[in-house]
Amino acid sequence: MRLREIAHARTGDKGRLLTISLIAYRAHDFPLLEQYVTAELLSQIFAPVLAAPVARYSIPSLHALNFVLPRTAEKSVTHSLSLDAHGKCLGDVLLDFELSLLEIR
Amino acid sequence: MKTIRIGCGAGYSGDRLEPAVELAEKGRLDYLIFECLAERTIALAQLDLRQNPEGGFDQWLRERMEAVLPICWKNGTRIVSNMGAANPAAAARATLSIARSLGLHGLKVAYVTGDNVLPFAASLLEPAAADGPIPDGWQEHLLSANAYLGAEPITQALAQEADVVLTGRTADPSLFLGPLMHEFAWQADDWPQLGQGTLVGHLLECAGQITGGYFADAGYKDVPDLAHLGFPLAEVMPDGTATIMKIEGTGGLISRATCTEQLLYEVQDPAAYITPDVIADFSTVQIVQTGPDQVRVSHAGGRARPSQLKVSAGFHHGYMGEGQISYAGHGCVRRAQLAEMIVRERLKAWEICELECSLIGVNAIHGDALAPRPLHEPHEVRLRVAGRAQDRAVAQRIPREVEALYVNGPAGGGGVTGFTREMIAVESLLIPREAITSSVHMETA
Repeated sequence: MRLREIAHARTGDKGRLLTISLIAYRAHDFPLLEQYVTAELLSQIFAPVLAAPVARYSIPSLHALNFVLPRTAEKSVTHSLSLDAHGKCLGDVLLDFELSLLEIR
Repeated sequence: MKTIRIGCGAGYSGDRLEPAVELAEKGRLDYLIFECLAERTIALAQLDLRQNPEGGFDQWLRERMEAVLPICWKNGTRIVSNMGAANPAAAARATLSIARSLGLHGLKVAYVTGDNVLPFAASLLEPAAADGPIPDGWQEHLLSANAYLGAEPITQALAQEADVVLTGRTADPSLFLGPLMHEFAWQADDWPQLGQGTLVGHLLECAGQITGGYFADAGYKDVPDLAHLGFPLAEVMPDGTATIMKIEGTGGLISRATCTEQLLYEVQDPAAYITPDVIADFSTVQIVQTGPDQVRVSHAGGRARPSQLKVSAGFHHGYMGEGQISYAGHGCVRRAQLAEMIVRERLKAWEICELECSLIGVNAIHGDALAPRPLHEPHEVRLRVAGRAQDRAVAQRIPREVEALYVNGPAGGGGVTGFTREMIAVESLLIPREAITSSVHMETA
């Protein structure tokens, strides 16, 4: 099962930082996100674009996680040559992750 | 009980005009806010100002003011906006001239100055901790440096009965907090109260992003009538509790889910959302659906404002050149890859600092590392070559070499596009709060 079956996300940017929220559609799926979708996991998934490890914040009352991804200076929104310089499309890479793969790790 | 209705008519400079007009006409608004200044926009505005002393403000200000000023004047709705960008005084003069031509005599326009710290930037600034080191010799390439001002100059302007308040760099939520502090007489050190007001501002500041924009995902998150997306307004109570809604009959969706996405949008630690006014705490927020397209938000907290202000500094960062060309049918990926090799070889003769080549439709957004290998060859691909050079003429070689593939490259290339532009990089810096003095100026149409 892909993460997008149980959660939605929005990506934003602030200078060199990218932020991705991950929000469970149903409150009872939130513990699953909290247990498996860790800062370490995102640091692995997004290693190619990261300058430092990912930070994770948990907001149980909103059944949401918030991730902060530090990019290298060359990849910040105003420096980057990339097609999606903001990094706005990155949240959908996260939503495409298979939860069964997560559980095996 | 007094309530205040505050709407958002733009979430970025180029935002749509029609929903703002609809909000002004039908929203029974006390305030209409236009948030039009992204991180880099003000650096571009500074460049414009160097060319033209009456320029440097938002390029859509005239269009917006012509459309909404008569409606807002008639309805008693006051306007607050950062459309002043690099030149709030000229923005105010342009607004006054529009007001006079529309016969709105007596309309009072205030503008806020003091955010421009370029003259003394190099001696006072330090890099923001979160952003790490900034490039060596940055002072020499500095084009603009604007401190984020807070809500207080706006409250001063409103206390002097301004109908329109125009600022330069002001923190986005402060554009909304200013009117709320003014109306409800919130104290500038009532941190939990300012935290709740900042929450209202943060939720509204991206306009359509809370009413169903940037949300739809067919089959997962469906949004009705997105083409006619309505912009949001909040009905705010004296304790800052707010009901977010939109004009009846407009498209879009307001739900717990749209609000939660926007609540966390561009936020780092939800318990410490830093603005010039307060360090707001969104981790305790309650979002309750109170009706169709209606949610109530409450219970944000806050603690003392930071002693340093953030400064957005713009730097000249060379020139970017980009060219694109498409290939289709059997072997299109191999022909695009051959084209890439040819362009790389031909550009070797030039001093290019960075070069990025990718295939749109295959790996252009996230690179090979994050893109799964496609199972089938696509019907078409588009080669994109983007590079940066210190010299404009060198950067221009990049789109020229892509265009030259028509005659000098693989078979069947088509649809070439290209451009060259100056790159303005933005870094976040910090400045002591005491170094900033803001002023409010007022003129009457």
